Amino acid sequence: MILLLHIIVLIPLLGFVVSLLVPKSNERWLSRTAVATFGLQLLSTWVLVGFWVVNDFVILDVKDLVLFETPVYQYFIDLHFDEITAVYAIVGSFLSFLVAIYSRVYMHRESGFKRFFNTIQLLFVGYTLIIFSGNLETLFIGWEFLGISSFLLIAFYRNRYLPVRNAFKVYSLYRLGDVGLILAMWLSHHLFHENITFKELSDPLFVSEHLHSHTLMGVVISLMILLAAAVKSAQLPFSSWLPRAMEGPTPSSAIFYGSLSVHLGVFILLRTFPFWEHQLSVRILIGVLGLTTSVLASGMARVQSAVKSQIAYASIAQIGLIFIEVAMGWEILALVHFAGNAFLRTYQLLVSPSVVSYLIREQFYNFEPRSRTPEDSLPKRIMYSLYMLCLKEWGLDQLIHRIYREPLKRLGRQFRFMNRRNIWYFLLPSMALGMVMLLLEDKIPGIARPYLPAAFALVGLIVVLRAFVERRSATMGWYLVMASHFWVALAISFNEHFKVSHTILYLSGILVSGVVGIICLQRLRRLEQHVNLDTHQGHSYEHDGLALVFLLACLGMTGFPITPSFIGEDLIFSHIHENQIALAAFCAVALIIDGLAVVRIYTKIFMGTHIKGYHESAYRSS
Amino acid sequence: MNPLTESSANSPAGSLFDEDYVIHQLKHYLPAQSPLKDFIHHNTLHAFQNQKFHDGIRNAAEIFGYKVSLRLDEYRAAHAKGQIRKDVLERVIDGQMDGIGRAEWLFRLLEKPYLHNPKPLVGRLRNVWRTSYHIDMDTLVHPIFFRILCSYLDQGISIWDFPAQESTFLGSIRSLERNAFTSFFKTKRARNLLKDGKCSISDLLAILVGQDQSMYGQYLFDLEFAHQGWSGLVVQVEDHPETLLDYKPISLHDIIVLELLLEIDAMDHQFGKGWKPLETMAQGQREDLFADRPVTEIMQVMAVWQEVFEWSYYDSILAAIKYCDKAVDEISADRRFQAMFCIDDRECSIRRHLESEAPDCETYGTAGFFGVEFYFQPEGGKFYTKLCPAPVTPKYLVKEFGSQSRRKKDLHLSKRSHSLGQGWIISQTLGFWSALRLFAQIARPSIGPAMTYAFEHHDRAASLTIENSDPSHTENGLQVGFSIMEMVDRVEGLLRSIGLIDHFAPIVYVVGHGSSSVNNPHYAAYDCGACSGRPGSVNARVISHMANHEAVREALAERGIVIPVHTRFVGGLHDTCRDEVEFFDEDALSPQLRAAHAENTKMFERALDANAKERSRRLELVDSHKKAFEVHQRVKSRSVSLFEPRPELNHATNALCVVGRRSLTRRLFLDRRSFMNSYNYQQDPEGKHLFGIMKAVAPVCGGINLEYYFSRVDNQKLGAGSKLPHNVMGLIGVANGADGDLRPGLPSQMIEVHDPVRLLVVVEHFPNVVLNTLQQHAETYEWFLNEWVHLVVYHPTDGSLHQFKDGRFVAYEPLCDHVDTIQQILPLLEEESDNLPVYQLLSK
Repeated sequence: MILLLHIIVLIPLLGFVVSLLVPKSNERWLSRTAVATFGLQLLSTWVLVGFWVVNDFVILDVKDLVLFETPVYQYFIDLHFDEITAVYAIVGSFLSFLVAIYSRVYMHRESGFKRFFNTIQLLFVGYTLIIFSGNLETLFIGWEFLGISSFLLIAFYRNRYLPVRNAFKVYSLYRLGDVGLILAMWLSHHLFHENITFKELSDPLFVSEHLHSHTLMGVVISLMILLAAAVKSAQLPFSSWLPRAMEGPTPSSAIFYGSLSVHLGVFILLRTFPFWEHQLSVRILIGVLGLTTSVLASGMARVQSAVKSQIAYASIAQIGLIFIEVAMGWEILALVHFAGNAFLRTYQLLVSPSVVSYLIREQFYNFEPRSRTPEDSLPKRIMYSLYMLCLKEWGLDQLIHRIYREPLKRLGRQFRFMNRRNIWYFLLPSMALGMVMLLLEDKIPGIARPYLPAAFALVGLIVVLRAFVERRSATMGWYLVMASHFWVALAISFNEHFKVSHTILYLSGILVSGVVGIICLQRLRRLEQHVNLDTHQGHSYEHDGLALVFLLACLGMTGFPITPSFIGEDLIFSHIHENQIALAAFCAVALIIDGLAVVRIYTKIFMGTHIKGYHESAYRSS
Repeated sequence: MNPLTESSANSPAGSLFDEDYVIHQLKHYLPAQSPLKDFIHHNTLHAFQNQKFHDGIRNAAEIFGYKVSLRLDEYRAAHAKGQIRKDVLERVIDGQMDGIGRAEWLFRLLEKPYLHNPKPLVGRLRNVWRTSYHIDMDTLVHPIFFRILCSYLDQGISIWDFPAQESTFLGSIRSLERNAFTSFFKTKRARNLLKDGKCSISDLLAILVGQDQSMYGQYLFDLEFAHQGWSGLVVQVEDHPETLLDYKPISLHDIIVLELLLEIDAMDHQFGKGWKPLETMAQGQREDLFADRPVTEIMQVMAVWQEVFEWSYYDSILAAIKYCDKAVDEISADRRFQAMFCIDDRECSIRRHLESEAPDCETYGTAGFFGVEFYFQPEGGKFYTKLCPAPVTPKYLVKEFGSQSRRKKDLHLSKRSHSLGQGWIISQTLGFWSALRLFAQIARPSIGPAMTYAFEHHDRAASLTIENSDPSHTENGLQVGFSIMEMVDRVEGLLRSIGLIDHFAPIVYVVGHGSSSVNNPHYAAYDCGACSGRPGSVNARVISHMANHEAVREALAERGIVIPVHTRFVGGLHDTCRDEVEFFDEDALSPQLRAAHAENTKMFERALDANAKERSRRLELVDSHKKAFEVHQRVKSRSVSLFEPRPELNHATNALCVVGRRSLTRRLFLDRRSFMNSYNYQQDPEGKHLFGIMKAVAPVCGGINLEYYFSRVDNQKLGAGSKLPHNVMGLIGVANGADGDLRPGLPSQMIEVHDPVRLLVVVEHFPNVVLNTLQQHAETYEWFLNEWVHLVVYHPTDGSLHQFKDGRFVAYEPLCDHVDTIQQILPLLEEESDNLPVYQLLSK
């Protein structure tokens, strides 16, 4: 069974790698790889579930690979299997298998056929890692895969403006959820003094013992987890991303945004249930959040006149109910509800184009002018107001913009005085000063010393903010992001005397990715005149390969689990003390923006309407 | 030629902005596509049809940024591949009267590099918001604007309808704003302007653009062409309100006002009150959209390439028509049967296969409404469906009664699962059923309620009210059924126009067509264009009933058409996607005829198998080598597969229209690329019936052809892009994603195999008769005169060809001096998936 567990986690990864190697033009083998991967996954899941049932539903937990180890810190992969995993695995592999078969014909001749199959396989790698994860670290790896592949799927039609814009919107929210998880990991590390597994979490005694003295910390961890869950499951106030994610080919929208991906918020709540089970306030909060979401979302579903948005909101409303069920502790009901909702919405999205002929036929035979709806009994003023609010999505999209993206931008604009000409006069001396201070740390007066880490992290934050609002030079933006990583590393190095090797581990990936990125940008500039951040340039139209390399560089820069920097990120946080809230906050925000700034550079340069007009290109409004 | 500046001359004294005139112009230039259920093909660039083709498309390209021909490298590749013929290339170059010389032309066409990066004129003025004010107006305004529009026009997706229903769109919005605690606007000024009604277009433009009225016209063009999908649809609904079953009053004027208000709101929100109007920053961006502009060299090159591309195909076709064997074995006096099909290019091959199965049969082609125009009301239907070409407004109503069929429901498509409580139950019950359904649909696709099934258009077991005995029997101003004389006129008209007035076979089939598909919002585009995008089954039944009517036959005999007593007309429907045929009222046949009919039906079935096999050569995922019957099964299964975005390829590759006797083409393999209208010049020396035919051929076939042409050359701006991400909006259109503009035109899956060539109409008659006929109707004549379709006349007595050019006929001598003959076409069909050249087939 343990072996099988390993195999199941490896199958999607293997499938993904094979899929990468198949030539672009070979539709047949690309789709076969995907169908085989998902089919095999489906089969082995059933076998595993069979064994598991025979063995009296024993909970499996395997400590797998230890990726990094110091005396006080361990980063390891842990796998876990219980009824929650079982349900998610069965539903996930079944739907993915069907959708792979579906897409084989559906995607036929579409440009980007390979990209599509690669991306859904990558997404499935993430999904599998998440549901089989045995600790937050493993889950987080999956979470990152899921985030970036979601971004790529939404922006599948990368030479149109709206998919790219919406993909970026969704990515920026996902990034917020990511940081929720990072902070939860950081705090739980301090709470339990180790990287805890979910199995250990399910021991009530163990948990309550630790929580006893740190009630507040426990609540904050729960809230961070809830943040991640609410973002992923499109609960309030993040709901408006889900309908906007329906930009890719219908099957990908159906399976990931209609069903699998959105229910992962529910998953993480179910997974961490033992942790917050005894925090009544958190349970009430989750319940209220679910209830509010389901009420508002079903209102929004009622007024939608676009079929996919309608399904999206209807699905969000059901997920809100599932949140309530989870909060009440009705695990089985929540699982059944999840499975049913996932199947239903997938199917509804897949048949959504049929709605025209079906409903018009219905209307032809059953039409009644102004059929009455329950809302008609409301007083006119209230009815009109409610309708308008639902139509405006209760201003959620603008709200997110106003409280999240806009302040970041506004803040960044404050530092516009640093520009291409003078930036190095700021950066180089200050970095040198930082280095000198690090070397001569003993000479620094003791009063100043505790403030320095936070101060350095703040500089890192400012630098990356500046990168985020850079309008012209991509290269400068890129350098700034690199510099910000340097500052964060410096801050942490200052904070605690730990081995230089940790800093190197963290910066190594950044450095390599940074250099690759610079090379890509230089090369592109040699080939094309227009390389700037002013408008979208869509260079992936001509420079497909370069786009891919640069994307990898971007991933490396954002601490994606393809370079050691990923572990370094977690490691760095482990060196932040639980009382250093400012430092933790600066680092976390810097991480968010770092992701946004890098992906923004990628989107502007390689995505969107192609700047050259010799071929057909879509309107900005489509 | 210069609408916006012209307007200043016509406008009220002292004013440089004539609102009515600009709105009229906008309506003219916006895409004219009806809601999905009424999808009818038309010339996408109809607004430019008053200019010569190449001038028109060049202007369209410069003003609106459309791509209007293949890319230069595509032409060059076609030339390198041999698809473009060298001799044609030289002939076209030599025909250019510009003194440039052949060598230079060849250099330009084949080698000279061109930097071609055109920027459209439309949109430049409004772009100033972005460049000078750093405000992304479209992103701020479009999402909420589209949402309001779509919710207002919605035909039944939302569960909670737009609550305010005043007599105008603006009135409804105003009512919402007056009676709600919240608002669509973020600031007060715009909201108050709307509430107080002080919002004429000029007032609002004065705020946004400034006092300089000479910019208003340009600004409105920029505004509307930033979302031409929605604007175009609004214009269609405004001009044809009956196209929505759930009536919604709307007008272009109203949506302009709302959008301008939203723009003012966005500006106020961003900059407070103190912003300066656009004119202060817009000095360099003023454009006269419709001014004459010089023809650039690259444009000339593209025009020449297009001509060469087209004539490379036409020349071989014309040679084939000229040189093919027209002495078709004189069909013996007793013909087995006669069959009438639609003019549609998809019926081109089924006729060939039928004739090959039954060499003693005759087939005819004519517009698929078979000359009977009426509204149809199926039993229980709350509306009428128009069954005739779109421009015709019928005065008759045909009703269905005695129907036994029940419509099946599908809970997955119902809205119940979207409410909170029912959704809770449904997702935990029906949800699991969905999993099984999905599995079943993927493993074994089958006919279900979600699909559009051509044979469900009407119930074959039900009866129709075709005959009217009392002219006062009317419903909603429509006469129920046709009187005898009205029937006689229609039957006579049909028979004479196709030249079938004697030698009737025992059975005359009248076969309409429709198309089945699933998950296909563009389903109406697959049905019969001559029946306003519906299947032609009812029309086939109606005309057959008329022709079988005793009183009608008596009257016909008086007019010189004697139909033998034993001859019966049998209506039918051909499903062009599934390649199935169903016949109607077979019970009325005598036992003797029924036996013959059974025999014929078998022939139809074999022909349909062969037809499916021929079609499959274009479908990469079907193995064409298998037996015809097996291939046919695969083709049928495609039509019900949820995951099949190409149930059939519809009119793709259409390029030709032959108006003449079947002998002209009976021996030719035309690769399903030709519309075919039967016509016998001998019976119509003055071109009376030709007039009717040409009046339909130009807009219907030409419209289909040009819609495919433009959707192919610019699938992003003139077509709908890939259909894979489409999201159905309000049951009236498709958009990408949640908040995009509507996408009119054809999706890429419909046009990808299409070669963009204009329609070549070949008419068999004397040139002077054809010219006289065309000139009777200015609108039809324009199509030919301005070369939006090509016209060549085949002289029936001396066999010469005459090309219509600049208003007169000039002799055309094909460069090809023969037509290739082929023994067996089948092996070629199994191997090739690209367009095939024309061949003469050896008769059996």
